Amino acid sequence: MTDISTQKTTRTQGKFDHLIYVLRENPVTLLAFIMFAFIILSALVGPAFVPYDPLETNASRALQAPSWKHWFGTDSVGRDVFSRVIVATRLDLSISVAAVALSFVIGSILGSIAGYWGGWLDSVLNRFLDTIMAFPLFVLAMGIVAALGNTIENIIYATAIINVPFYARLVRAEVNIRRDAGFVRAAKLAGNSDLRVLAMHIFPNALPPMMVQVSLNLGWAILNAAGLSFIGLGVRPPTPEWGIMVAEGANFIVSGEWWLAVFPGLWLMFAVFTFNLLGDGLRDLVDPRKRT
Amino acid sequence: MADKTSRRNFMKMGMAGASVLPFLRAMPALAQGSDTLVVVTGQSINSLDLHRTGTNRPSYQVAVNCYDRLVSFGTKEVPGGGLSYDYDTIVPELAESWSMSDDGLVLTFKIKSKATFWDGAKVTAKDVKWSFDRAVSVGGFPSVQMRAGGFIRPDQFAAIDDETFQITLDKPSKLSIPDLAVPVPFVINSAVAKANATEDDPWAMEYLHKNPAGSGAFKVLRWTPGEQLVYERNDNWVGGPLPAVQRVVLREVPSPATRRALIERGDVQMSFGIPDKDAAELAELEDVTVYSTPIENCIHCLCTNTKFVPFQDADVRKAVAYAVPYEEIFQAAAFGRGAPLWGGEAEIKDTAWPRKTQYSTNLELAQKHMAKSAYPDGFDVPLSINLGLASWMEPTALLIQQSLAKIGINATIEKIPGANWRTAALVEKRLALHLENFGGWLNTPDYYFFWAYQEGNLFNSSNYRNDEVEELVNATLHMSVDDPSYAPNIMRMMEIVLEDLPRIPLYQPALNVATNGADDYEFWFHRQLDARPLAAS
Amino acid sequence: MSLRAAQSIPVVIGVVIISFLLTRALPGDPAVYFAGAAADEASIAEIRIALGLDKPVIQQFFIYVGDLLQGDMGQSISSGQPVASDLANRLPASLELTLVALILSCGISIPLGILAATRPGTWVDHLCRVLVTAGVSLPTFFTGIVLIYLFYYLLGIAPSPIGHLDFISLDPDHITGFYLIDAALIGDWETWLGAAKQLILPAITLALFTLAPIARMTRAAMLTALSSDFIRTARAAGLSNRKVLYVYAFRNALLPVITTLGMVFSFALGANVLVEKVFAWPGIGSYAVEALVVSDYAAVQGFVLAMALMFVALNLVIDLLYTVVDPRIGFVAK
Repeated sequence: MTDISTQKTTRTQGKFDHLIYVLRENPVTLLAFIMFAFIILSALVGPAFVPYDPLETNASRALQAPSWKHWFGTDSVGRDVFSRVIVATRLDLSISVAAVALSFVIGSILGSIAGYWGGWLDSVLNRFLDTIMAFPLFVLAMGIVAALGNTIENIIYATAIINVPFYARLVRAEVNIRRDAGFVRAAKLAGNSDLRVLAMHIFPNALPPMMVQVSLNLGWAILNAAGLSFIGLGVRPPTPEWGIMVAEGANFIVSGEWWLAVFPGLWLMFAVFTFNLLGDGLRDLVDPRKRT
Repeated sequence: MADKTSRRNFMKMGMAGASVLPFLRAMPALAQGSDTLVVVTGQSINSLDLHRTGTNRPSYQVAVNCYDRLVSFGTKEVPGGGLSYDYDTIVPELAESWSMSDDGLVLTFKIKSKATFWDGAKVTAKDVKWSFDRAVSVGGFPSVQMRAGGFIRPDQFAAIDDETFQITLDKPSKLSIPDLAVPVPFVINSAVAKANATEDDPWAMEYLHKNPAGSGAFKVLRWTPGEQLVYERNDNWVGGPLPAVQRVVLREVPSPATRRALIERGDVQMSFGIPDKDAAELAELEDVTVYSTPIENCIHCLCTNTKFVPFQDADVRKAVAYAVPYEEIFQAAAFGRGAPLWGGEAEIKDTAWPRKTQYSTNLELAQKHMAKSAYPDGFDVPLSINLGLASWMEPTALLIQQSLAKIGINATIEKIPGANWRTAALVEKRLALHLENFGGWLNTPDYYFFWAYQEGNLFNSSNYRNDEVEELVNATLHMSVDDPSYAPNIMRMMEIVLEDLPRIPLYQPALNVATNGADDYEFWFHRQLDARPLAAS
Repeated sequence: MSLRAAQSIPVVIGVVIISFLLTRALPGDPAVYFAGAAADEASIAEIRIALGLDKPVIQQFFIYVGDLLQGDMGQSISSGQPVASDLANRLPASLELTLVALILSCGISIPLGILAATRPGTWVDHLCRVLVTAGVSLPTFFTGIVLIYLFYYLLGIAPSPIGHLDFISLDPDHITGFYLIDAALIGDWETWLGAAKQLILPAITLALFTLAPIARMTRAAMLTALSSDFIRTARAAGLSNRKVLYVYAFRNALLPVITTLGMVFSFALGANVLVEKVFAWPGIGSYAVEALVVSDYAAVQGFVLAMALMFVALNLVIDLLYTVVDPRIGFVAK
């Protein structure tokens, strides 16, 4: 007699299962996700829990080494480094997210238009993008911030402008490939306007590789802000921001006060690291063929 | 040093050994010996000609080391160690003697007979006249500085004969002879200059920009803009005692951290112009000697612009003066290097300047003044600082900002890039509350008052005007120090400005120089490297 | 080839316009800087006229372009030299540093990428990924200063970070401007060694920063190549692993790696700025920063133009390299 074998119904491979699979295969990506969660958490609730006011100076306790009172020590005017590092998370994350979001949106629009309609629009856009890319990126950012003034908004704009070409190019390529695809023709026949077809049908296909670029750019935006601070074009004091803390602290390394630069530097590295690894993980998640 | 077998020492010996090898393309083997000194600085020299438009301050040292002036200042010892120029003693440099007419209007100089330029030509009064004419004709800073001593037009200068040079002043001034010892009126080899002048360029600006032609203690062996300048001794120098070192290599290293590492390890013998913090810490080390000389006639101050309405209220200015955290600033920004300028007596008994003001940190008093003023609830004001001077201005501004918040004044820090600072602060004079660092080259209080407190003058960034001060400055600027009215005038001026407070003195800054293997550093008012007295130790 | 070159012209024009506008938007006033200390309104106004800055912007632009076509990039305020000669002096130093750093970086990252590609998914792969990502996650000036602190200050094994050449040696006769090449050309090995020693720390700093993109791309390209059909055939045919890997797979993976190298090179030239500041390297990056801070119009414009031209030239070179590496590639006008 044949047993009625109760076959375990295999759950359909949904997106979430794919995620779990990737995470299990790739412990480094799992680590990246955990680190990412930690960063978001400290950006959201960090400022409420820090022990000291990040802006409060006290010259009498300046330049103290890390201790139980001050986990990361104090800086040259007596502020608690730990509090400043945690509070800076919010600002740095905002800067990078805002800059990347801005360039994402602008790049997508430009790239979609160029990829879909082609023709002279495409040529003009290409030349425009080439012109932006012809500038050494960091120098262009420097120039923009120097010209417009070093406010946080301008730093965001500068970072956004120099990243637009990456997204525009990506979207343009993806849209171009699918411009005459079957499903697009079908959608148009069904009565969708060009714009709707572009936005709802074609563009979503470009999203996967863009996500990867987004996470990589997030890390780069933070480093950009740090570099600008080193030259003196970063955020204004006394705002706590990793870049400016590393830049100012770098001059204290040789005299032995390593904690001013090392802790913000570690946190900065931590964040950029997370974003980079996240990018790799997203790549795996999104397109297994393109694993790097 | 003999018993130290540290790695550093070993490396040094190794390098010296290697340098003795017959280098074809290297400087002669004396590189690590007592004949060459290496100096690092963070600033960049952009011209070898002080008179040229656009020449920056660090370039003035070339005029000091490579050219001669008629006279120079003597040397004195600084309390606490080290040497400094002596404003009160004038010594011969190119001129072996000089005399003044009875009315004080004609100065006659006798030039040393043995003085020669580097090419062997004799230094004559004609060269002196050509150089002086140049200094007053080129405009810009050089001509302004010449005017301070009463040298305005070429017709004031005459070459009586080869070795006699005469200056005729419009009015007698105690500043004239000292003004001859500042870097500006240097003597150029006019024959060489004229040979390289053109119709468009009668003063040979293009040529002298890169090719100095002087009679000074050092020649320029090599100048690589942005990298280094190498001085080589002129063995025929008669302007003073011959320098002890054959060669001085000046290297431009922008990063202060790198400069510190270099001087600590002894790979360079002098680090010129180091931050106060490094000065305080390097002073603790055995091998390194740090000279922190308070800069004469120079004050770091907080300026309240009289055009900003709340600052027109005397109580507000007083409140600010009492709210400033002086001690904290002195420790955090200056690391105790320099001289404090607060907490003195209100009664002025001498003409010493800078002097300790009668103010000190007293928040209660500050609050009382605010309450009495027309702004008891405080107000908002931007506190501007020069990005190029952020090393002391930033911590100072932060501390002031915090303190002012306690009396209701909400100050937002505005960092202005160096390129824009002069225009905003000194030319347009539009900064409401800002930090300032003027220092006068000629060491008399009236000279400082002229520049910083007289209406419309460049460094009066507070738009200050006081009729009595105007009168007093005009009367005293050229008055001799021995004049009976001199001291009372000076003291009255100090009284007025310390009551009116368009500038609130914070502290007198120091020029910090660290040496590790070099001796006999001398502080000069121009705050640049005078390489002539240096010796290797 | 000529089509690609023709396509670059509008880019160059765009760069000239943008750089001109950008410098005019800079905050400082070159007339004030030029007029020097203790200058008053009158002399500043005089200088402004002398510099031609009182003319309308459009007119200034055409004057600038006119000069440019004759090869005159203007005069730098801060250095007092023609911008063209400033650039000619400082560019080789930057190029030397960037090229040496790239060679060093390739020497480490390409083998790492190949290693990771041959063992995908193992701890070796993950370790490689973590290592190279760490290098790119820190600001270059930070790594530079830490390296100076560790290897020069504490351990004393690195030469003093005093610039392109230590003070004992005099720079070799200027043939190319690259100290290593010039010294080798005249057979002066002591200077060669001196120049090479000074390059070590800054090159390592820059190399650390460029490891990741190259390693990643190598790994990705190698993985694609290794999983392709012709490799399977080669293996089935019995070719040795080494031959398969290096002769066949690597050569095919080279194309995207070269593209990445081009991108990394132009990126590094920009990131140079920070490394040059820390190591007192007299390169084009520190020149640009100094010029920017004092609003030296001509110098900033000249710098940007030079960099853009180099970027365009670089792209052309890369396209050429493509044809060498992969004869299948024609020139696709895109």
